[in-house]
Amino acid sequence: MPNAPASVAVRGLSKRFGSVEALADVSFDVAPGELFGIVGPDGAGKSTLFRLLATLLLPDAGTATLDGLDLVRDYRALRLRLGYMPGRFSLYPDLTVAENLAFFADVFGTTVAEGRAIVEPIYAQIEPFAHRRAGALSGGMKQKLALSCALVHRPRLLLLDEPTTGVDAVSRAEFWDVLATLRDSGITTLVSTPYMDEAARCDRIALVQDGRLLGPPDTPDAVARAFPAPLVEVRAQRPGAATMDRVALLAALRHTPGVARAEIFGDWMHVTGAGSSGPSADEHLAATVRDALVAAGFADVDVRPVAPSVEDVFLHRMARPDV
Amino acid sequence: MSAFRSLVVKETRHILRDRQTLGVLLALPVVMVLLFGFAIRTDVQDVRVLVVDAARDGQSLDLTRAVAATPALRLVGVDGAPAAIEPALRTGRASVALVLPAAFGASFARGTAEVLVVTDGTTPNYAAAAEGYVRQVVQTWAAQQGARAPTVRVATRMRFNPEMKSEALFVPGLLAYVLTLVSALMTALSISREKESGTMEVLLVSPLRPGAMVVGKVAPYLVLAFVNALTALAVARFVFHVPMRGSLAALLVATLAYMLGSLALGVLISSKTPDQRTAMMGTLLGLLLPTLALSGFVFPISSMPAWIRPVTQIVPATWYILAARGAMLKGLGFTGLAKELIVLFAMAALLLVAASRSLKDRL
Repeated sequence: MPNAPASVAVRGLSKRFGSVEALADVSFDVAPGELFGIVGPDGAGKSTLFRLLATLLLPDAGTATLDGLDLVRDYRALRLRLGYMPGRFSLYPDLTVAENLAFFADVFGTTVAEGRAIVEPIYAQIEPFAHRRAGALSGGMKQKLALSCALVHRPRLLLLDEPTTGVDAVSRAEFWDVLATLRDSGITTLVSTPYMDEAARCDRIALVQDGRLLGPPDTPDAVARAFPAPLVEVRAQRPGAATMDRVALLAALRHTPGVARAEIFGDWMHVTGAGSSGPSADEHLAATVRDALVAAGFADVDVRPVAPSVEDVFLHRMARPDV
Repeated sequence: MSAFRSLVVKETRHILRDRQTLGVLLALPVVMVLLFGFAIRTDVQDVRVLVVDAARDGQSLDLTRAVAATPALRLVGVDGAPAAIEPALRTGRASVALVLPAAFGASFARGTAEVLVVTDGTTPNYAAAAEGYVRQVVQTWAAQQGARAPTVRVATRMRFNPEMKSEALFVPGLLAYVLTLVSALMTALSISREKESGTMEVLLVSPLRPGAMVVGKVAPYLVLAFVNALTALAVARFVFHVPMRGSLAALLVATLAYMLGSLALGVLISSKTPDQRTAMMGTLLGLLLPTLALSGFVFPISSMPAWIRPVTQIVPATWYILAARGAMLKGLGFTGLAKELIVLFAMAALLLVAASRSLKDRL
């Protein structure tokens, strides 16, 4: 077994289920030791991609090479090098934490002692509950146990399908801290998430929607910077209203000439212009929007250029997949 | 620990920790045997009686009137010739016949009267109850005649299933039922539970071969089913005194073959079903129903329409029930049960091959 971390090369993977095209011509590369994120909403095809890469499904077309092994031909050898965490809760709720870990160690032909070093940073956090049944753990602890079980046989490649779905915000942040630690120890990791804010914790990300990649994978910053249109954030009040009337504001923004889209982003509205991006384009859009809202009778109008986020890019590409 | 041993230990933990299911499974054979033994054959209503009156004297007419006047009995006809019994029982017009021989009144007066009760042995539970009712009516009637008639001897003969006690007859069928339930249903559920929970995806990715995985998963259920078979036999023996006239060893070997076939069927069913609910429905309809209805357990095969009889021959329970009846009631051993044992092992082998073919190491 080579000592360099595993790499992944995916070429034109496609998978249909009846008339549903779950994955269409997906290609990307993952560098050795990379923490690579597959970001997209539910139903985008993330789980199908992970099941294909985990050798559980056969592709209809395309190939993939993981750690130098062919996905289809070498699947037995490949399985020994994979750590797979399915999207669903994949532990035995009636077994204790320690029993779950020991079982998966046995099944993968190793022992907890041998895998101890690699799972230590994660398992140490749940070890106080070693004799509690897995079904009685909190969502965050369950995910840490599932990750420990996927890691105990010291895989060279981790496939984590939506590991933080259904987990509270604090546990999600902790889980990503763990993934960062693992990346530092040299394990190549593919992780999928529907949460745009988690994309920033990856080395590189690929956006998926309807079984296709939305543009080539890149670092989260580069993906965000590639936002191709002017973008501003907006806040405004109806005179006398205690809170922002989002519905009225959105309606007003969407009727403003030169505005392509307007979306709610927390306390702010993100407004995308029709042209191409640039500092002057942003200023021009800001002025247009400000004037339109004042003319429409809004008070406390606050409009300013904003750095695009991965979510902006995602929404933009979803609306215009050609860009 | 080896992967295989670990799997067996894990599966055993699943069984032991689900106390409710375990309790139900362990109590099931006891409850079923007691239920069938005590409850089911009592409380038979509307027993249809054919009276064959060869005497036509005062006493025989009087006894016929007594039969007609008994609420639980329904007099469906009075005939002079015994030839009428056979068609009446076969068509179900009557479920029991009371034969009063010629010169019944005269022999009754001498105290040597004999009546014959003929019941349909194909429905032993019902027949036993029907026979009991008629016997009681005859004895009550005789007692009412008081001083003039000391005794009436009642000779009973069962058609179709001579010399079988009703308790004895249901135990083999019950064994088949319980073994199917534990072997097939529990196996199907335990595998489909892993599919449902997502653990199957991890197990498939593991180096564990599917064959080893299934054997490791079903082994604990094999033990549980065997315990169940022994429990059912013990209750039948010590509560209902069901005989064990033949070879217990032969019966246990047949039981093993039947369990292997059922386990394989459970694996087959779970390979076709995505979740526990579907696996449950599949096992109930596809397996437990034929075990009850097409094995000769509840409905005698001889009274089924001709076109369905071949179907009963491919139901494993049919052969297991034959083997169990042979061993328990007919006093047969390995030699006498050779045919049944060969068929059961052939079925088990076929099903095990089919089950292992149904296993895939992908989703």
